[in-house]
Amino acid sequence: MSKTMTLRQKNKMFWERNRKSGGHLLRKTLGNYGYKLIRMLMLFGMCFMILQPILNKISISFMAEEDLYNPMVISIPENFSTENYQLAAQFMSYSESFVNTLLVSLSIAVLQIIVCTLVGYGFARFKFPLKNFWFACVILMIVIPPQTLSNSLYLHFRYFDVFGVIKLITGDTLNLRGSTLPYYLMSAGCMGLKNGLYIYMIRQFFRNIPKELEEAAYVDGCGTLKTFIRIMLPDAKPILTSCFLFSFVWQWTDGFYSRTFLGGVKLLSTQVEIIAERLDNYIIYTLHEASGASMGYTNAIVATGTLMVIVPLLVIYLFAQKGFVESLSSSGIKM
Amino acid sequence: MKKQSKLAGLQKRKAISGYLFIMPFIVGFLAFMVKPFFRSLYMSFCEVLVSGKGISMNFNGLTNYIRAFTVDIEFNRLLVEELSFMLINTMAIMVFSFFVALILNQKFKGRAFVRAVFFLPVILSSGVILGIEYDNALLSSIEATIEENANGASITEAIENILVTSGIGASAFEVVFEIVDGIYDVAIASGIQIIIFLSGLQTIPENMYEAAQIEGCTSWESLWKITFPMISSLFLVNLIYTVVDFCMRTDNEVMEKISDAMIVNLDYGFSSAMAWVYFLIVIAVLGLISLILSKVVYYYE
Repeated sequence: MSKTMTLRQKNKMFWERNRKSGGHLLRKTLGNYGYKLIRMLMLFGMCFMILQPILNKISISFMAEEDLYNPMVISIPENFSTENYQLAAQFMSYSESFVNTLLVSLSIAVLQIIVCTLVGYGFARFKFPLKNFWFACVILMIVIPPQTLSNSLYLHFRYFDVFGVIKLITGDTLNLRGSTLPYYLMSAGCMGLKNGLYIYMIRQFFRNIPKELEEAAYVDGCGTLKTFIRIMLPDAKPILTSCFLFSFVWQWTDGFYSRTFLGGVKLLSTQVEIIAERLDNYIIYTLHEASGASMGYTNAIVATGTLMVIVPLLVIYLFAQKGFVESLSSSGIKM
Repeated sequence: MKKQSKLAGLQKRKAISGYLFIMPFIVGFLAFMVKPFFRSLYMSFCEVLVSGKGISMNFNGLTNYIRAFTVDIEFNRLLVEELSFMLINTMAIMVFSFFVALILNQKFKGRAFVRAVFFLPVILSSGVILGIEYDNALLSSIEATIEENANGASITEAIENILVTSGIGASAFEVVFEIVDGIYDVAIASGIQIIIFLSGLQTIPENMYEAAQIEGCTSWESLWKITFPMISSLFLVNLIYTVVDFCMRTDNEVMEKISDAMIVNLDYGFSSAMAWVYFLIVIAVLGLISLILSKVVYYYE
């Protein structure tokens, strides 16, 4: 009872105030609601636009082949089947490539972040000759498209040698093609996927830590390394988490480095690209249908395969969403 | 005197530990970057022959570059197209991401969800996934059928027709419609930029707006007088990030041509030359942007 009273009172007060303000309050309130409505519609539209391809993939992935050509079926499959998943998993050797991708992405991400943290810290907190030159090299690395250098890198690892030492000992240069070693070496040297960006972000973070903190540690007798590990690293957790997550995720979907350097290993990102070809072969040689896979069916299988690649990332994103975003907004990226 | 030398000693020690920290980068850069970098530069001036035994390079001066610009039928066109597309797209991404960041900075229900959705493409539409997304033949064929059957019933197309027939600045509208049609690409490419803008918006102290409001400033004015100057440095960051990101994309046509020349035709010299031209142009664009914007940018300390 009292609640309705207050509501009615509120109403009365509103009109009273509106009368006093000469209709200004009403206009303002209506404008506010209109704005909120428009904003809601717009955000809904944009969210839908971004999510639509994923939703579309999900619905296609559960459709049997005849549903794809049935004009009555748009998003909810009539003949619900998980056959697409089985086929896609078979073509991608899913369990094997999944484990491989997980191991490679994880180890590469850890390696890259350790190295990039060291380098970023070095750039942020120390003064040394030629610092600007080396930092310009980092920027150069961000800007050079890796494709530009891929042919030379290919030759580099085909006839791999460290200043002629290996040739002296064994009489021939090493052929590192097809092994995973080159990519690990490159990651250890900060030359992996988008490593310049990580160095830049980490440097930006460390630059914002007050100098007093470091000086206090030195006065208390901490060495350089100890200061770094005990004082600086615990502070840098958010930025390191987010760099790690980025590194992991981008490595997971990366095609270029995987194709160039990790060709011998079955990875999800390289497997999903040849899935259409596999399906064609499967239909022609195993099912003996000379026409091959139809376009719609190929796309359904490819969509399923793509979905299977991104679902682990989606799960990570659901749980670690803050980790991705938080440090980006807290580190205050500036030039 | 003694004290000074001790200070110099400390500085020297710090310099040495600084070098130790960035050692991995220096080693990696020298080992994996410098050599390929110069080799690719050298290759661009050479005729490269690949045979079973290995590779032989014969210096032939600027022939590859001349071929890229004067002989090759596609390169000039692709370069111009790609660059103009980059300019338009970058502008669209900047406006879009700034606008979205402004909205996402307000308080409303479900804000966390919307933010999560806008950031999603950064994770999901990267690497190979983007490539697969792009040549999704089924979707495009369906789209084509729908367009045929509906006789241009799409809203943008209808408006486009009206505006174009009315004859007001048709070419300007074309650019706008290109952006509207490609809004999905724009939205997908602006995840990081939105977050960066958001972070900037959150650092603007609330009392500035309050003071402005008391002085009789409308929110439109405070957008231009407070928000813009306060985050102007982020425009520079975002612009550079966008340009770099755009140039690195695998569905970039110039990139495709370069890697086609390399992988399919084994024409290493020619592809290196094209890559270098492209690379230098990108550097020039970046330099121009930072030169112009650094004059405008305002740093609030």
